[in-house]
Amino acid sequence: MSAVMPVDLPIDDESKKELARGARRADRDMFGSTKKRLTSRWATVAALVIALLWTIPTFGVLISSFRPREYIQTTGWWTIFENWGWTLDNYATALQAGNSQLTMAQAFVNSFAITIPATVIPISIALLAAYAFAWMDFRGRNILFILVFALQIVPIQMALIPLLQLFARGTIFGIPVIEAIGSAGYAQVWIAHTMFALPLAIFLLHNFVSEIPSEVIEAARVDGAGHGQIFFRLILPLTMPAIASVAIFQFLWVWNDLLVALIFADGNVAPITKLLAEMTGNRGQDWYLLTAGAFIALAVPLVVFISLQRFFVRGLLAGSTKG
Amino acid sequence: MSDFLKWVSTLNPWLEILVIVGVFLLVVALILFFVEIAPRSGRTYTIVRLAACVAFPALLLWFLQSYQWAIIAAGVLGLLFFFLDRRAKGGAGSLFQLFAFLTPAALLLLVGLIIPTIQTVIQSFMNSRGTTFVGFDNFAWIFSQPQNLRVIINTIVWVLIAPIVSTIAGLAYAYFIDKTRGERYYKILVFLPMAISFVGASIIWRFMYTARPADAEQIGFLNQVIVWLGGQPYNFLAVEPWNTIFLIVVLIWIQTGFAMVILSAAIKGVPTEQLEAAELDGTNGWQKFINVVVPGIRPALIVVLTTISIASLKVFDIVRTMTAGANNTSVIANEMYTQFRSFEAGRSAAFAVILFLLVMPIVIYNAIQLKKQREVR
Repeated sequence: MSAVMPVDLPIDDESKKELARGARRADRDMFGSTKKRLTSRWATVAALVIALLWTIPTFGVLISSFRPREYIQTTGWWTIFENWGWTLDNYATALQAGNSQLTMAQAFVNSFAITIPATVIPISIALLAAYAFAWMDFRGRNILFILVFALQIVPIQMALIPLLQLFARGTIFGIPVIEAIGSAGYAQVWIAHTMFALPLAIFLLHNFVSEIPSEVIEAARVDGAGHGQIFFRLILPLTMPAIASVAIFQFLWVWNDLLVALIFADGNVAPITKLLAEMTGNRGQDWYLLTAGAFIALAVPLVVFISLQRFFVRGLLAGSTKG
Repeated sequence: MSDFLKWVSTLNPWLEILVIVGVFLLVVALILFFVEIAPRSGRTYTIVRLAACVAFPALLLWFLQSYQWAIIAAGVLGLLFFFLDRRAKGGAGSLFQLFAFLTPAALLLLVGLIIPTIQTVIQSFMNSRGTTFVGFDNFAWIFSQPQNLRVIINTIVWVLIAPIVSTIAGLAYAYFIDKTRGERYYKILVFLPMAISFVGASIIWRFMYTARPADAEQIGFLNQVIVWLGGQPYNFLAVEPWNTIFLIVVLIWIQTGFAMVILSAAIKGVPTEQLEAAELDGTNGWQKFINVVVPGIRPALIVVLTTISIASLKVFDIVRTMTAGANNTSVIANEMYTQFRSFEAGRSAAFAVILFLLVMPIVIYNAIQLKKQREVR
């Protein structure tokens, strides 16, 4: 379960236009320059208080992660000026800490090994399906699309255990279908994440793919391009920004996930979130480890998030402003 | 497939990423290639199509190391499909194209979500080992144990508090900073928590909540504030029933940024004429906000509330990492996992089904909305 989901609920056209207009203005306001001051002095104070309240928790952990071990355990981070001292030791220790099967450094690599395929695979498959839903005419299209949409709200808790049994035994309803995959590396997590990501990815990408003007598609068809070429030569380049924003969400989703990892990534393929959660349980008071560990895990999503912010905001509004 | 996967898993993780992504993209390219040549007429193309129809499903199952009967069945189905495709309304190859685009997703959804959902529903009526039918026993057990009722009440508390508070905070913040200098930086500060995992956020907040004995120096910021104000250190995560509230704070902290981004866009979308008209009428800031802005962004508010409600219903990571459900803080999703860990498959499934029933109205409502929209077009 990730922290954020794009807005994907169907709302009426009027509000869609309104949101789209606002999103454009937000883009301008955020990345352009605005001149107006805050509405009133009280509003300024309130905004500052909220901003401060929201920043303090992360800030405290960040400062603490660089403080010497004995200082963290005995004094608060706000006394940094009285108990001056900085160190990188916590990070060095945290990277080597872990359980009997893997260290945090390995878990960090695992997180990449899980996240990158689990982002590329579902988005490619979803893009294929999104194209079919948007540009191919077939009977039952609406019903199928609504079914896919409804699936995204179904809690993944409903699917976890039977899927685990399928991987372990290869049976569906007791009928043997495939040989058990067993716990061969990351395969289970990749497949599980792909399956769980599809409904949302199809819905969001469909909104973008169907936005392409039909004249463009028609022109390509007249020129003799088949669906394969249209997909590869037109849809793919034209929806690249959209794909990027959906990919960012999927990346953050998988990187930050704990539930799927707990069930499908055991032993030495566990991602960093799982190891961190475990350490919080076992060594909950070893703050020198936890603060540094938390920031090792946070570093990647924060970099992705800050550098690709524009796509992120656009993606967040995707479901409601497009389609 | 397990041989291939076993071989892959012996590689260096970075190489593994390359191999898997490469192989996968190759398969997609192959699908697109067949789609492109599918509608062409001529004997060669027909033969290629026939070969693809039979070979694709059979090879797939062979690759998955399926049983012989299944591989043969898949091949026969492929053959059937080939003839269906030849007589398709859109001409030979049209069904082939459609299936090539849709089948990967459809198969994965079927195997990964639809069938497991049905299995979980069945499982919830079975005993812990899934061997005998026990009727509603699992549900009766859930609703008769006081600690389980507590779990359900906790979940309801989550859903009642988290969406409302984060929406109000997000709305207020979005309105306060609207069109100000430095709006961008204000926004980043509040929506930064969105990038943080629930696990990371839980560690951050556990650190905020840490309590030390009254005579020692505090290392948790909130307890330091209490001590500064002359109070006694308070164990935030241990004292019922307030500990649930302090867990909810973490979700609010994360979701406010989400609410803020959406509502900020909605506020900017409110027509300027309406705002100017309100100003001409001499309304003050508060009246303008309540009478013009809020009605103007009502749909966005509903979207934000629903989305956060769904997130709070399914909340798992925060509870798992912060307390693991101790001191009566458990919620349905956490209890579902706990029961699974203690090999109570039936009870675990029953919890999942309750969660499913709780989101059901939202699913149905939204599906109906979507249907209406698509019919209009």
